Amino acid sequence: MRSKAMVIVCAALVTGMVLSGCSGESGAGAKTKLTIGLFGNFGYSALLKEYASTHPDIEIQDRTASYSDHHKNMAAHLATGNGAADIEAIDTGYVAQFKATADKFVDLNTKGGDKLKDRWLPWKWAASLSKDDKQIGYGTDVGGLAICYRRDLLEAAGLPSDRAQVAALWPTWQDFMAAGKRFQGRAPAGVKWFDGGPTVLNAIVGQAATGYYDKSDQITVGSNQEIRQGWDLVVDGVKADLSAKLLYSTPVWNTGFKQGQFATVTCPAWQMAKIKDQAPDTAGKWDVTSVPGGGGNWGGSYLTIPKQGKNIDKAVELAAWLTAPEQQARVFTTAGLLPSTPKLYDDPAIVNYQNPFFNNAPVGKLFTDAAKKLQPQYQGPKAGDVQTAIGNAMQRVEQGKQNGEDSWRQFVGDVRKLTS
Amino acid sequence: MTVLDRAARRHRWDTRFAPYAYVAPYFLIFGVFGLFPLLYTIWVSLQHRNLLDSGGASFIGFGNYQRLLLADPYFWNAMGNTLSLWLLTTIPQILFALGIAQLLNRKVRTRTLFRMGVILPNVTSVAAVTIIFAQLFGRDFGLINWVLDLFGAGHIDWQAGTATSHIAISAMVVWRWTGYHALIFLASMQAIPSSLYEAATLDGARGWQRFWRITVPLLRPQIIFSTIIATTGNMRLLAEPLLFNPGTAAATGGSDRQFQTAALYLYEQGFTNYDFGYSSTIAVVLAVATIIVAGLGYLVTKRIQTD
Repeated sequence: MRSKAMVIVCAALVTGMVLSGCSGESGAGAKTKLTIGLFGNFGYSALLKEYASTHPDIEIQDRTASYSDHHKNMAAHLATGNGAADIEAIDTGYVAQFKATADKFVDLNTKGGDKLKDRWLPWKWAASLSKDDKQIGYGTDVGGLAICYRRDLLEAAGLPSDRAQVAALWPTWQDFMAAGKRFQGRAPAGVKWFDGGPTVLNAIVGQAATGYYDKSDQITVGSNQEIRQGWDLVVDGVKADLSAKLLYSTPVWNTGFKQGQFATVTCPAWQMAKIKDQAPDTAGKWDVTSVPGGGGNWGGSYLTIPKQGKNIDKAVELAAWLTAPEQQARVFTTAGLLPSTPKLYDDPAIVNYQNPFFNNAPVGKLFTDAAKKLQPQYQGPKAGDVQTAIGNAMQRVEQGKQNGEDSWRQFVGDVRKLTS
Repeated sequence: MTVLDRAARRHRWDTRFAPYAYVAPYFLIFGVFGLFPLLYTIWVSLQHRNLLDSGGASFIGFGNYQRLLLADPYFWNAMGNTLSLWLLTTIPQILFALGIAQLLNRKVRTRTLFRMGVILPNVTSVAAVTIIFAQLFGRDFGLINWVLDLFGAGHIDWQAGTATSHIAISAMVVWRWTGYHALIFLASMQAIPSSLYEAATLDGARGWQRFWRITVPLLRPQIIFSTIIATTGNMRLLAEPLLFNPGTAAATGGSDRQFQTAALYLYEQGFTNYDFGYSSTIAVVLAVATIIVAGLGYLVTKRIQTD
């Protein structure tokens, strides 16, 4: 009898402990935990810390993954209705695809977004707006385009290294390849003119009036003369052995920066943060100058709020704060990401900014000038996948698996399959 | 009387239904995590369905199967790669494992250490191992190319070629699983009575003969088991080819799909193209193919002679 009583007492105690454990936790839960899913480097770490310190009721968890992992995981989380972060970043290449399922996201227009609209470049705002006028995301940065180059390597091959003189080498992409042939003739051993065909090609596509899609969401790349000419030009460059044959956003490409395997790389603004992260030892050796062929855009992102989140209002508030001009200005001067808010393009703090890592290049002036001239290009639903396919196609040429003609034909066929 | 009666009835009920209650948890868990996903996959495979838009799904019968089996060269390319990798991984795995087990079966000093050691590759993380192997097989700064260079063999772009990429991926799989199979073989080798070997030695059998005529035939059940495990594992080969080619194009398994396995193709269709219906179709076909290939493996290994 006594032992039975003991059991009951013990059971009661254990239950009590469990219950108090639970209630204790909910008592401390006054702090809201916000998760933010990012990829690469958004330059947010200091900003997130600051936000958490000015909002003592909020705790922020930063979940940064690689570019492709991030977008794949996010799709899986949206599909299953579970597991997405409170704020999820989306790249330009994917935003059209995600806005097709706008009902998975909070319509920011219903959360005061319509009043903030004027912050952004009109085309930036339109790119994340669904067909039925739901706004799925606030713009973070735009890519813009420039060329980053290694001064020491250009000098070693007897080319000028001064920004203006380098820019004068390549008014057009044809000139860029011609300069490459000059470089390659006297280049240091193991150094190529550019990092890889796909990177150069992405820049050329980013400058075209029409990209992979026309405005009615039809893929027109098979008949797009501008892209085809760019393709032929890059294939010629590859044949002339100007390419280090490294695919962008891969570990071997990162190693390429460290080892100095190439003299130039296409530089959207976010690329500068990547170079600095990947090859900190090369500080001062790099410089930035204007891109051949005029303005263009590659990349740039959005912050979205998946509807499945539990702290929607607080997440919207944080996303609006992170993308506000004041914060974008700070991201530009710390990580180099070009703001998507035109008000800043005339702000002296931005325009006069020089990046010490890149030999004090006047990147503020360079990128804001480019951003003002930028002609927006329409992005269709699977632009990101088409970009992957054309990268594969160029790699087939670089690896000597196919000639330019066959590889292009296979690429056009692959793209047709994507949309069937 | 009534009390006794009730107790007896309860006992009868107990003996009759308790066994079902005891096994029920297994079937419940199997039903939730095994049977339901399987049936659901079959159901989805009959639909045209976007991963993100389950509301817009439409039933299309065997349309996906028709497209997959009759009009999709990339699927057959992936199946071909899977078969090639199956041969390149399973055969060396079993042969190396037999050899290692034979070596470990001797009386050597610190043999427990060696026996523990062979299982180490198997308990390390696949992702970590693959990333390291991908570096070893690197084109410009890889260790293997460096060694080849010393012998004047020149640089190989391992990821570019079909044969070279298959060799690199099989190396990862073989390295990872050989020790596991070796331990299984070792356990049954120790159960073989030594009198058999003594009798054979008296009859004049040499070491190799004893190995092929006594050890291997008596290990037949374990070899069958290992072949089936290796086969089913290989049919789902995903992490190695995926991480061998990291970056945005990872899911295509090389620029020309030269090392895209069937499981990777499934992944590409499901999570890059968001074609949930089609990727479920691949899953179903792959399951059937696995059964067939495992059956073939069974038939082959069954022919190992038993006297």
